[in-house]
Amino acid sequence: MLTIGRSKAGGRAPRVSRRSFLGGAAAATGAIVIGFRLDPKGPSYAAGGPDLPAVKAMPNAFVRIASDDTVTVICKHLDMGQGNTTGLATILADELDADWATIRTEFAPADATLYNNTLMGPVQGTGGSTAIANSWFQLRKAGAAAREMLVAAAAYQWKVSVSEITVETGVVRHAASNREARFGALAASAATLPVPQEPRLKQPGEWRLIGQRVPRLDSVAKTDGSAVYSLDIRRPGQVTAVVAHPPRFGATVKSVDDKAARAVKGVLDVVTIPTGVAVIAKDTWTAMKGRDALAVTWDDAGAEARSSDAILAEYRETAKRPGLVASERGDPEAGIKGAAKVLEAEFSFPYLAHAAMEPLNATIERASDGTYDVYAGCQLQTVEQAVIAAILGVTTDKVRLHTLWAGGSFGRRATPGADYLAEAASIVKATGAKAPIHLVWTREDDMTGGYYRPTVFHKLRAGLDAKGAITGWQHVMVGKSIMIGSPFEAMIVKNGIDGTTVEGASDTPYALPAYRFEVHNAREGVPVLWWRSVGHTHTAQVMEVFIDEIAHAANVDPLAYRLALLNQAPRLSAALKLAAEKANWAERTREKGHGLGVSAHESFGSYVAMVADVSVQEASVKVNRIVAAVDVGIAVNPDIISAQVEGAVGFALSSVLRNRITLKDGVVQERNFDSYEPTRMSEMPVVEVHIVPSQAAPTGIGEPGVPVLAPAISNAIFAATGQRLRSLPLDLASLRGV
Amino acid sequence: MIKLTVNGRAHEVEADPETPLLWVLRDHLDKTGTKYGCGIAQCGACTVHLDGQPVRSCQTRIGDVGEGKVTTIEGVSGRVAEAVQTAWRKLDVVQCGYCQSGQIMSAIGLLTDNPKPSDSDIAGAMDGNICRCGTYQRIRAAIHEAARTLA
Repeated sequence: MLTIGRSKAGGRAPRVSRRSFLGGAAAATGAIVIGFRLDPKGPSYAAGGPDLPAVKAMPNAFVRIASDDTVTVICKHLDMGQGNTTGLATILADELDADWATIRTEFAPADATLYNNTLMGPVQGTGGSTAIANSWFQLRKAGAAAREMLVAAAAYQWKVSVSEITVETGVVRHAASNREARFGALAASAATLPVPQEPRLKQPGEWRLIGQRVPRLDSVAKTDGSAVYSLDIRRPGQVTAVVAHPPRFGATVKSVDDKAARAVKGVLDVVTIPTGVAVIAKDTWTAMKGRDALAVTWDDAGAEARSSDAILAEYRETAKRPGLVASERGDPEAGIKGAAKVLEAEFSFPYLAHAAMEPLNATIERASDGTYDVYAGCQLQTVEQAVIAAILGVTTDKVRLHTLWAGGSFGRRATPGADYLAEAASIVKATGAKAPIHLVWTREDDMTGGYYRPTVFHKLRAGLDAKGAITGWQHVMVGKSIMIGSPFEAMIVKNGIDGTTVEGASDTPYALPAYRFEVHNAREGVPVLWWRSVGHTHTAQVMEVFIDEIAHAANVDPLAYRLALLNQAPRLSAALKLAAEKANWAERTREKGHGLGVSAHESFGSYVAMVADVSVQEASVKVNRIVAAVDVGIAVNPDIISAQVEGAVGFALSSVLRNRITLKDGVVQERNFDSYEPTRMSEMPVVEVHIVPSQAAPTGIGEPGVPVLAPAISNAIFAATGQRLRSLPLDLASLRGV
Repeated sequence: MIKLTVNGRAHEVEADPETPLLWVLRDHLDKTGTKYGCGIAQCGACTVHLDGQPVRSCQTRIGDVGEGKVTTIEGVSGRVAEAVQTAWRKLDVVQCGYCQSGQIMSAIGLLTDNPKPSDSDIAGAMDGNICRCGTYQRIRAAIHEAARTLA
């Protein structure tokens, strides 16, 4: 068996040029080959799960070729639906010239020195739409090195020159002597050879898989019930825990009467842990019944007891005062003072729950040697391993993470404090690790459990001269920082400015000569977190709706107005032009109750433009069609890129139309899908996705489809009604006369 | 002990008759392909067939199943099921995949009753199945694709 990878993590620079990679990084990161056997005593999974990542003894291994010709790609990233396992495998398999039908994948174990995200520094994790971008050279090199070793093994066996050997779809061939061998037959001898330090990487014209449609590797397992999510883990002797959490964030347990809970048949134990009271039972339903029977008195002394309306009202007041300057150029006051026309706008945004279909859950089991196995949809492995180890009083090497398919995340599984995994570990500790603990959050726990997209308020003022050019732009925002107070604060927060709060506005690509953006970091007790596209979820709506307003005030076509201000942003402009062309923007008709709206935004290094076609009738909006154009650099898997943009529309639409998490006296009011209703089939517009051809290094597409949807719809509603809706969710009831 | 027939096999389960079928399938019989999403019949992730008809297993008490035959994603078979699963794979419908067992069970139910559904028929039959990844466009296309192969 042949296994290959690099002994050290690659460069950390966000964009590694081919020259620097081949010339510098490759020499410093020698690849290694280690043979190994699958551990026959590895854990079993109830429903036929993945093999145990049997690479724990081997540094940074990305590929394994077995004698049966299967090629296993080791994926260091969580796949929560983005399709990155297929993407990562595509990159490696192409350089290897493997047969796609033989490709398998496994999720890597936790090991920050070997499987770190090279864009996150010394941290293994998935987020910021970086999976493909940070793996691009790493996996091409791993695949190319393995290919050269297979060729060398064949050349040695056949006593011919390597230059006479070709490789195609998993077969190594010497045409002159009419000999060939499949990968599996060569793997064992290839594994004994030295690893090429600088394998030759293919030129774009030589790619066979990259840029083509390949079938998703998870389509079969996810359509026959066999894909294993962490909620499906069944370990011998496993018991299920359900936790009563305080109704208000920051409250603690004052007292517990667990008599009735313990009387429920099948309830095994009740323990108080830092986050609440855990009921442990033989199965999930019994644990839920046990929790219903608990009587807990909560101490609200340190709790957030305000309503979300009150928090937002306070933000509105705060926005009247000067904040920290996130971005500044020119003299916006002077520009506005001398303006022919002044526009003002306010935008508010609610808390949002991620509401992934699989509620949070995890299983932790103590092995007989005192080490621990953790089964979860792990998204921030380095942090999760450290948090669990600290709670259980062991070193991190005693905690093995088994990453499984995640039933969505949208950011929720990547908490800097590893919240739900810490809770599972606390229950293991409180119960003396007697049995494997399967922690299950119900939908209500998941939705009321916090870590929301922050509620945010923006206030803007802009001046226009007589020709409609922007003379000054003042912008103040208030919101709670995600990173301040987290372990990532030092890395991300600079001079009090959290990059994840201001992204998409402080770095606007619009050529605004006089511009100032100020930020207030609000203090409140609701836990907040990144939500698919993070700061861009609100900054794109603010920037793209306000620009649209300005264009209309200037009496200029909103597409033309944008393009004029984007003369230093060629990739965003190109995406915008493509979307507009495909949507027939120039020929659009103007009729009451029907309209097209446009938006464009860069996030995570990807450029997306959208045109929304909407019909408005009374207080309801039907989104008929979305035309999107995306530039993600080289399109590794075009069909998955399309799927991510289609999905971004389906995901984000309900947040445009209705979703909000509200607090009344500190208590979350929306508890399930009846009051926080995701988009449904009947609301789904037709989505067309066009990919801008590019030879730039690939960037990500998990998130960038989200930010542009809300402004495209908002601007289309304006086109249809002449009425401007700014805040989200859109206040459709305020529309008049349509 | 309660008797249950799941995927053609008889089982005896030691559970309260009030227990939802969902949790018996998942926790007693290890049929984990059927998913828990909401517990209040809002999302359809738990959809199984009871005597061939799609039902929400989170709202079906095992005491009420009686002689009914339960089919889960692991046991579904036949011409319609094959057409649906094949179409789902051909169009790469899935993303996270968590809701897709329920989507597929609902789609099989739809195509069994209505071999040539319109977009509005599809919306009517599938509106109770939430996909948070937003794969609806491909679900719709896959149902049409399956209908074509069944015609």
